[in-house]
Amino acid sequence: MKKILECDKLTASYDGMKVLSGLSFSIKEGDYLCILGENGSGKSTLVKCLLGIKAADSGKIIMGDGLKSTDIGYLPQHTNLQNGFPATVSEVVISGCLGRRGFRPFYSSKEKAIAQQAMERLGIAELASRSCRELSGGQQQRMLLARAMCAAKKLLLLDEPVTGLDPAASAEMYELIAELNQKDKMTIIMVSHDVVKALDCASHILCLCSNDHSFFGTPEEYATSHISSKFIGD
Amino acid sequence: MTENLRIMFTPEFFMAILLPALIGGIAVTICSSLLGVTLVLKRYSMIGDGLSHIGYGALSVAAVMNLAPLKIALPVVIIAAFILLRLSENSKLSGDSAIALFSTTALSVGILVSSKAGLTNDVSHYMFGSILAMSKSDVILSVILSAAVMLTFVLLYNRIFSVTFDESFARATGVNAGFYNMVFAVLTAITVVLGMMMMGALLISSLIVIPTLTAMRICRSFKGVVLVSGAVSVASFLIGMFMSLMLNTAPGASIVIVNVVFFLIFMAVGQIIRRSGKA
Repeated sequence: MKKILECDKLTASYDGMKVLSGLSFSIKEGDYLCILGENGSGKSTLVKCLLGIKAADSGKIIMGDGLKSTDIGYLPQHTNLQNGFPATVSEVVISGCLGRRGFRPFYSSKEKAIAQQAMERLGIAELASRSCRELSGGQQQRMLLARAMCAAKKLLLLDEPVTGLDPAASAEMYELIAELNQKDKMTIIMVSHDVVKALDCASHILCLCSNDHSFFGTPEEYATSHISSKFIGD
Repeated sequence: MTENLRIMFTPEFFMAILLPALIGGIAVTICSSLLGVTLVLKRYSMIGDGLSHIGYGALSVAAVMNLAPLKIALPVVIIAAFILLRLSENSKLSGDSAIALFSTTALSVGILVSSKAGLTNDVSHYMFGSILAMSKSDVILSVILSAAVMLTFVLLYNRIFSVTFDESFARATGVNAGFYNMVFAVLTAITVVLGMMMMGALLISSLIVIPTLTAMRICRSFKGVVLVSGAVSVASFLIGMFMSLMLNTAPGASIVIVNVVFFLIFMAVGQIIRRSGKA
């Protein structure tokens, strides 16, 4: 399998504080990477660097296979969907195609087909003309995941996708992500707080720790490493 | 009342005064309602209000110095729009108090300067608007600028949606959100200055805010809100203008009141739809 993304000695700061220093890891096509770490350990900063919103202080992010940072399908943290925003599900989903448009102002039938496909894939096609303010939390996350899929060529970057969902909806969400990884061969990068679930479904774990000791490896290696003990609590 | 009607439909009055006012007014109301959708949804409603007061200050100073009002007011308001948008984005400074500070300062400067120079009459046009007193060149300029605002809005519609709905996702897909916020500031500034000449500094922000709130009572989609708010604001403008001519009331205030009536009707209809949907 080809390398799809590589971080090489990445150093980045947030508000003048260095939060990532000399971080190196790489993932291949079809991998499922979980990024773990406490609050303030640099997870969000890493996400911003991967998306190309933020420049690293030093080091490089190398994308394989002609991938650009705008080809990453991004599911932002739950917080920024505002209440009462008037938009239908299909309007939100197709906005994921914006990166493909370049400077052409309107969507073509090709983009409409991509959006339709994404909605069908996630089982929300019948909600297409519903307003997003009428959706449940789980349905909203599916809508945003469908939007991410419109933007994604090969790679999905999910920032805490189950925050705020009830247990049943979280389980469904995890199942959906695993399916996208296995059946659709999507490469997944997921930021998560749920260590147990991460060990269960990921193929690789990246754990960012505040004291510069980050871990990168398989779940098996992680479970036996000393870093894991304080998260799992033995 | 019948006397008013008779005058209104004399060809001279219609061609010389009413028609230009209607054309200019419709152009500006469409612009303000289009931009209003994003300003309201991004919680920037107060920016329109702040800008109009700053515009008032600039117009007064220009009038006193005998300079062309628009040539001074437009750049000043555009710069103010940049600054206010920046302040609102920057969470370290509280955006709404910054707006209050800027706008009351500008308003006071405007009042001081114009009262000192004894120009209160002229300048009160900008406070309360004077749609029937617009010169031909004002109308032509309003139509050209409004057309530019509308064209930009239509061409950037999908990007504006994305930036309004979820700025962090928009940035991630390669949309330069900062740039679109700046474009937006310029469009808002132009619309506010044009609207001031007709509606007055005190009332222009209602043209920006109310049609969107009205449309949001019943529309589910973003596109629906954009279209309905445009239609509602044009209808309010025409009804309000007609009312003011018939009853000899102030045009700006009449238009705002019609807008509010539409809002109340849509709110009631929205309630009924929601109740019957649940039942």
